[in-house]
Amino acid sequence: MVKMILQRLIQIIPTLLVVVTITFVLTRLIPGNPAAAVLGPQASVEEIERMEEEMGLNDSLGKQYVDYLKNIVKGDFGKSYSYNIPVMDLITERIPNTLLISLTSLVLAILISIPLGIVSAIKQYSAFDYIAMVLALVGVSMPIFWLGLMLVLVFSVNLGWLPSLGMGSMNNGLWDVVSHMILPVACLATIPTATFTRITRSSMLEVVNNDFIKSLRARGLKERVIIYKHALKNALPPVITVIGLQLAAAFTGAILTETIFSWPGMGTLITGAIENRDYMLVQGAVLITAMAFVFVNLAVDLLYMVINPKVNYESKGGGA
Amino acid sequence: MEHKKDSLGGQAHAVMLEKERKSNSAWNKIKRNKTAMLGLFIVVFMMILVIFAGILAPYDPNELSLGSTYLKPGSPGHIFGTDEFGRDLLSRIIYGSRISILVAVGATFVGATIGVLLGLVSGYAGGIVDSVIMRIMDGMMAFPFILLSIILMTILGTGVFNVILAVGIANIPNFARVVRGQVHIVKNEDYCKAVIGIGASHPRLLFKHILPNTLSPIIVYATLSTAGSIISEAALSFLGLGITPPTASWGNILRAGKETLNTAPHIATISGIFILLTVLGFNLLGDGIRDVLDPKMKK
Repeated sequence: MVKMILQRLIQIIPTLLVVVTITFVLTRLIPGNPAAAVLGPQASVEEIERMEEEMGLNDSLGKQYVDYLKNIVKGDFGKSYSYNIPVMDLITERIPNTLLISLTSLVLAILISIPLGIVSAIKQYSAFDYIAMVLALVGVSMPIFWLGLMLVLVFSVNLGWLPSLGMGSMNNGLWDVVSHMILPVACLATIPTATFTRITRSSMLEVVNNDFIKSLRARGLKERVIIYKHALKNALPPVITVIGLQLAAAFTGAILTETIFSWPGMGTLITGAIENRDYMLVQGAVLITAMAFVFVNLAVDLLYMVINPKVNYESKGGGA
Repeated sequence: MEHKKDSLGGQAHAVMLEKERKSNSAWNKIKRNKTAMLGLFIVVFMMILVIFAGILAPYDPNELSLGSTYLKPGSPGHIFGTDEFGRDLLSRIIYGSRISILVAVGATFVGATIGVLLGLVSGYAGGIVDSVIMRIMDGMMAFPFILLSIILMTILGTGVFNVILAVGIANIPNFARVVRGQVHIVKNEDYCKAVIGIGASHPRLLFKHILPNTLSPIIVYATLSTAGSIISEAALSFLGLGITPPTASWGNILRAGKETLNTAPHIATISGIFILLTVLGFNLLGDGIRDVLDPKMKK
């Protein structure tokens, strides 16, 4: 297993290199002149030329790439011109805000979906199961940016219960922040809740029909003990994998959700940076996001190896 | 089976086998799957909108009528009401279906074509080729789908063709992985070894023998990917990066609806319902096809 873990660790090096390279190429391809963008519309041609020289834009692409790699290794992501502070400072300021809503929504999704999936599985083909599965199907198909608008329409515009924009401030008390969180979190939790409910149900169904569960029943164990202690434990590995995948995917949802609710996180930071042609910021924020994804996936894989040593890593990597 | 053959005679047995074969055919299995049929019904309904938009839409989708802006749904002559320029919302939704579904199908086609090729080569060649292709796919997958599309759209600029390309490129890695995994299973089967044994060329083996045997997961994934691409188009247009007005797409109708959420909520509500329904339809159909074609993949 140590060998497998080491193999997995070595595997991420080329992936990271690809991530870094794709980010470099994509940001270079965004149309517009970064030097002109920094100086603003009033800049003269000479000023722009001087700035291009200063920013290293006249160097060969190869040299730019090497400089860029060197800086990344040093943890230097350059300076955002629209905010006029180092990119890294902006990112460390925004990441907690994105984590706040994405992690809260994931925890909420787990708390709702696992019991829901279990009950659906135990009462397979009941009205409860039927309704839960229809809701879950609608949930996985939900365009969350539309759901966000509908939540705003009902709870902010029509009922006036909850604020629809921004994040509030702890200076106005905890409720101010919490009330601003409710709609974005509800929006973000929808797809994970639906996904987890479906996978918990199907995984539980597979386990409950196993012989060892039948033999536990034959031995006269209480149904509650059988379900929650024995069956659930064996049904969890696939659920954990899916939770891990959603953890990494949570960011995709965050980009759209943050835009709708003007939540000051990484999503709004990146979309704003693209609009302003703030190349350094786009490059840094996109890179950090992608690297975070690689590491979360790594963590999930390692966790999976530990809880389920039977998994043959080679065949898992090849399968769909 | 044997005793039945004796009692019923050879002919009757053949008829029975034929019946059994028919009831087990993919189509019959899908017919028995109620949710898949619901999905198919929704997809067919949307396809009818796409094909017969010109006949079904009561108005020209771009016809302005500044005297009757923001009419509520149910107004005479406008079941879904009108938008900020007095354009008939029903007609815009019907014409919007063309763009939204064209983009989704096109993006799936682009992603599938390139992804399948890469997956075939990667899985078949193995070794260093496989490693290089798969690491690039891993790297692409590290970018959140929507983020990759947003950056590609910024580079390419708005427009139908560019949305297809941007969403299509973001679709590539998943197809490549699905196909590569399948090739790994298929290429070690006896019939593939036999084909090599009789001296078939690599391309012949790859396209004539391996590709057809990887089709089931490709079909399943393509259906689900169409659902995802409808969301992607809508998301990009919603952010103002996809299809730009006056061309109607469900995403940009929703974007316009967002601006008037307080005064005319029906625009956002109705366009979103169509997105949700269509995505649901493709998802149900995809799940159903998966259950039928590949019971092992059933989750």
